[in-house]
Amino acid sequence: MKRVMSLITILSLTFALAACGNGNNAANNAKVTNGAQENAGNTTETAALTGTIEIDGSSTVYPITEAVAEEFGKENKDVRVTVGVSGTGGGFKRFAAGETAISNASRPIKDAEAELAKTNGVEYIELEVAYDGLSVLVNPENDWVDHLTTAELHEIFKPGSTVMKWSDVRSEWPAEDIKIFSPGADSGTFDYFTETINDEAQASRNDAMVTFSEDDNTLVQGVEGEKYALGYFGFAYYEENKDKLKLVPIDGGTGPISPSAETINDGTYAPLSRPLYIYVNKAFMDKPEVKAFVDYFLSNAAELSEEVGYIRLPQEKYDEGAAKLQ
Amino acid sequence: MQEQLFSPKDPQVLKAEKLQIASRRKKDSSLKLLFIAATSIGILALILLLATILVDGLSSLTPDLFKNYPSRRAASSGLKSALVGTIYMVLIMVPISFLIGVGAAIFMQEYAKKGWITKIIQLNISTLAGVPSIVYGILGLTIFVRGLQLDRSLLSGALTMSLLVLPVIIVSAQEAIKAVPNTRRDASLALGATKWQTVQRAVLPSALPGILTGVILAVSRAIGETAPLVMIGALTYVAFLPDNVLDQFTVMPIQIYNWISKPQTEFHDLAAAGIIVLLVMLLVLNMIAVILRNRFQKNL
Repeated sequence: MKRVMSLITILSLTFALAACGNGNNAANNAKVTNGAQENAGNTTETAALTGTIEIDGSSTVYPITEAVAEEFGKENKDVRVTVGVSGTGGGFKRFAAGETAISNASRPIKDAEAELAKTNGVEYIELEVAYDGLSVLVNPENDWVDHLTTAELHEIFKPGSTVMKWSDVRSEWPAEDIKIFSPGADSGTFDYFTETINDEAQASRNDAMVTFSEDDNTLVQGVEGEKYALGYFGFAYYEENKDKLKLVPIDGGTGPISPSAETINDGTYAPLSRPLYIYVNKAFMDKPEVKAFVDYFLSNAAELSEEVGYIRLPQEKYDEGAAKLQ
Repeated sequence: MQEQLFSPKDPQVLKAEKLQIASRRKKDSSLKLLFIAATSIGILALILLLATILVDGLSSLTPDLFKNYPSRRAASSGLKSALVGTIYMVLIMVPISFLIGVGAAIFMQEYAKKGWITKIIQLNISTLAGVPSIVYGILGLTIFVRGLQLDRSLLSGALTMSLLVLPVIIVSAQEAIKAVPNTRRDASLALGATKWQTVQRAVLPSALPGILTGVILAVSRAIGETAPLVMIGALTYVAFLPDNVLDQFTVMPIQIYNWISKPQTEFHDLAAAGIIVLLVMLLVLNMIAVILRNRFQKNL
């Protein structure tokens, strides 16, 4: 008993000591890094960049920023870039308080958010970095849907919609219950879709026919497993699951168009393609590492956004952005 | 009565009794089946979960997983920063919550006078143990991140987690202290020891295994928690190791969640591998807790 006890005591003591020691080292390290940062601040721009860049915001834009941060980090090992996923709104809240250098956004900043930034003295630059095409999808066994018009989408998705069966959309379609899979209310995708299709952000039918999920993979599985399903989500999720889903061409008034890299890039897949943004706090642009990061972002966004499943902007758009930075 | 027991019975009564016994047996065995079914549902679900995770994750469970930082490419993505973040967080959290938690438990059990105030405190502690973890996140955000200006740092995370596990540690430490026989205290006090000497030399040594069991179980809860850390803003993309308690950090559950929500299936396999790592950590911690508890019971 006694030996066991002392063993346990010693073990827990070492544990506690190790933890304390760790804390001390960390405190010392803190001084060293701070000193290093001050030094770097004093030296000329030719020295290697150091510092921290804090980014937060939309989970839709996250993969692009992650890719840029990863590549940028390879060339600038001493710059610490962190990217969070608080959502577009959550990100703007922190951005407007001056906490973050860059905010990812899957929609433009709202008036209220811009107002808040203004009262806090935060000035910013808005930069478009890529396109995302919201894709409307059905099950591969669905052989009746050739396309949907935006008016039909509105009938299906409007609040209090009476469309219960596919035959309620077009009478020649099967009289089977329509099973809808929609992104949840916290996502920018839902915001954009409802605003475009129902003319009011967040306005959507909300009855037993609709399954909401914040996880796009759940939506993919829902549409994949249900013959009479209809769903929508970002283009990247369709690209990864091409064999399990059937893309629905959308007629926005100029004939049915399927989303693809070309139709989204040249703007013919309308109105369901949207630009993705980053917002940069002007005050942070004085820091050489932030300026370098934003420059790097714009010159590599085209390639990197395609790699992670989004659509590049036309080159003029990137040039416009670069001009804003000057 | 006794005569009746041994006398031959009316065949009809005998038959009725036999029937009664048979129906009782039937009831007994069917209930047994029901309980076996109840047990196996839980176990089957666990086996199914483990099997699917092992199938998905084992191929991704490579040394690279521990060496790489997160990346947009599944092949070069790893959980180094998340694993180290979790370990650091636990290392800071354990001494803090241990000292405060055990201190509170000693006060409640040994020093506090039994009255309505202690009863209310006791009730509060038990209630706090059941508060949803996200509430602690909001508390941490207000006190540590904004109030004390600690920002979204390792220290904020560890302090928030300490708050979360404190009630669990206090309650289990109280139980352990309560289980120490009063004779030990009386003997010590009779020898002229002060209250603290008694607590230190007579009570705590016997209670320690029980206390440590509680601490370890609390740590395993903290390791699996995501909600409070998401609330205080632990980040998703962190490609460096924190080298100071005020650095930003990420933890395993956040990394796993991030991988699961990606469109590419390769990332889902990585998430499964991450879950295996997390499960192994939890199992090891729980095993230590069980071993400690067994020693404790044997030696009491």
